[in-house]
Amino acid sequence: MNFYIISLVKAGITAGVLLTFCAYLVWIERKVLAHIQLRPGPYRVGPHGLLQPLSDLIKLMTKEGVIPANVHTFFYLFAPFLAVALALISIVVIPFGPEFSILGVTTGLGLTDLNIGILLVLAVSSLGVYAIALGGWASNSKYSLMGGLRSAAQMISYELPMALAIVSPLLLLNTLNFREMVVAQEGFALGFIPRWTVFAGPVPQVFSFIIFMIAVFAETNRVPFDLPEAETELVAGFHTEYSSLMFAAFFTAEYANIITVCSVATALFLGGWQPLWPAAYGSNFVPPLIIGLAGLMLLYHGSQALKSRRWDRFSFPAIGVIFLGLAGLFFVPVLQPVLIPFFWFASKLLVLIFVFIWVRGTLPRFRYDQLMKFAWTFLFPAALINLLITGLVVALTS
Amino acid sequence: MDAILFLTFAAIAVACAINLVLQTHPISSALSLVGVMTSLAVLYLLLGGSFIAAVQVIVYAGAIMVLFIFVIMLLNTQGERTQPKKNVLPIAIALPLLFSLIGVLAAIVATQVPAGEIVKFGTFSGGDPLTFGRAMFTRYLLPFEVTSVLILIAIVGAVVLAKKEI
Repeated sequence: MNFYIISLVKAGITAGVLLTFCAYLVWIERKVLAHIQLRPGPYRVGPHGLLQPLSDLIKLMTKEGVIPANVHTFFYLFAPFLAVALALISIVVIPFGPEFSILGVTTGLGLTDLNIGILLVLAVSSLGVYAIALGGWASNSKYSLMGGLRSAAQMISYELPMALAIVSPLLLLNTLNFREMVVAQEGFALGFIPRWTVFAGPVPQVFSFIIFMIAVFAETNRVPFDLPEAETELVAGFHTEYSSLMFAAFFTAEYANIITVCSVATALFLGGWQPLWPAAYGSNFVPPLIIGLAGLMLLYHGSQALKSRRWDRFSFPAIGVIFLGLAGLFFVPVLQPVLIPFFWFASKLLVLIFVFIWVRGTLPRFRYDQLMKFAWTFLFPAALINLLITGLVVALTS
Repeated sequence: MDAILFLTFAAIAVACAINLVLQTHPISSALSLVGVMTSLAVLYLLLGGSFIAAVQVIVYAGAIMVLFIFVIMLLNTQGERTQPKKNVLPIAIALPLLFSLIGVLAAIVATQVPAGEIVKFGTFSGGDPLTFGRAMFTRYLLPFEVTSVLILIAIVGAVVLAKKEI
């Protein structure tokens, strides 16, 4: 019975954090894109637009959900449900930190510890194409259908290089379980180079990492591979005919997928919750230092507040004190073994997510034939050669 | 718990299979087949074949059926429009034949099949990727390689047949 209660609590926390993070990812994306383009971005709702996700949610919820005439009603309603359900499933196999004991209960920071963890991620991501293809087809509109078809073709094509790029690090790590993978990447070569698969091992997996990242850009329908929703050609692609919460479901699914694939890349290539350099050289002091510095900066800016922004005199120091308190939490002995690994995992995840947004702000979209040619004549052979070399080296050294 | 899960997913599989035959629209039929395959994967998982379950979803539901749906969407086929038939004769012949087939099968199973061990969920543990891979690349290496060559021949044959000039 204990197992069910712990699982329920963990599932509730994970779902809440994941969905909130999805909502704030929209805010982060708009802010980063805006700063790339020298604009302030969302600024009006709340301080620095921080309440923007909430107002977006209210707007989407209170809008009328239009079901257009001539759609295939069952599949039209089923597709967004399927999209969001499949996007939220994969997170169950991701470990966010090592095992820890709290109130006499030992549990892992993460939902399950599946032996076929990475296969589950692949299976769910291969089912994800149904949601988009069905949504496009059931809408009974040519733009939606084109978007759905493009998406199906693109996801099938890029699944191959993605799977091949995953196999090479698996050969080195020798397990399909995410927790065991991260544990296998523990330790430091020469005392300071972390043994992450992307750096260390008999063959550094830099190429696998790059191929994996390119393929997941296509899998999540992001720029430069966002042809299924290319707004200059297809209005909004597969979700042209969707409105209200059904549109929000597709949107949430896209961001949840980004979070999942970035977590997979973190656990598989970047050593999960392992720190960047050994704790002996003070890596444990990095999280409190960063958060504490942010708190001190807020305190300073509170004292230097502009006359036209009188509230800053109170709000900045208040948030600064909260940040200093958070930094203090990293020194509590009970919380330290949980918070520090989680900090490293979250920071790697956020760096990868930043790369996603950065690419969106930088690169133009591929043309459709270029997209297919790139997958089949460059990415797929490159992944195969990379796998062959890794397999050869592993066979010779082990 | 295992028995409840088994009954649930077996029922879903059978319901999807019946739906597959009854639906007139190709997309509905294809998606029912996806339902059958994913619920079969759950049954494999219950029997301890975790690797087979994952591969079932990845290959059948995630790759082959996506191609089916892709082709159906490209052809943009409509639902089959059948005229309501007044002819009762086929049904009158088919129903007794169906029941007699079920009766014959039941009689054969009851008399010929020896009573074996009762299947228990969770007792089999050879379905993880390690044992599976070891068996496939040592004991069953020849059948595995022969099958892969056969599939390769089929792919090349399909390309040759589809393309008039190469």
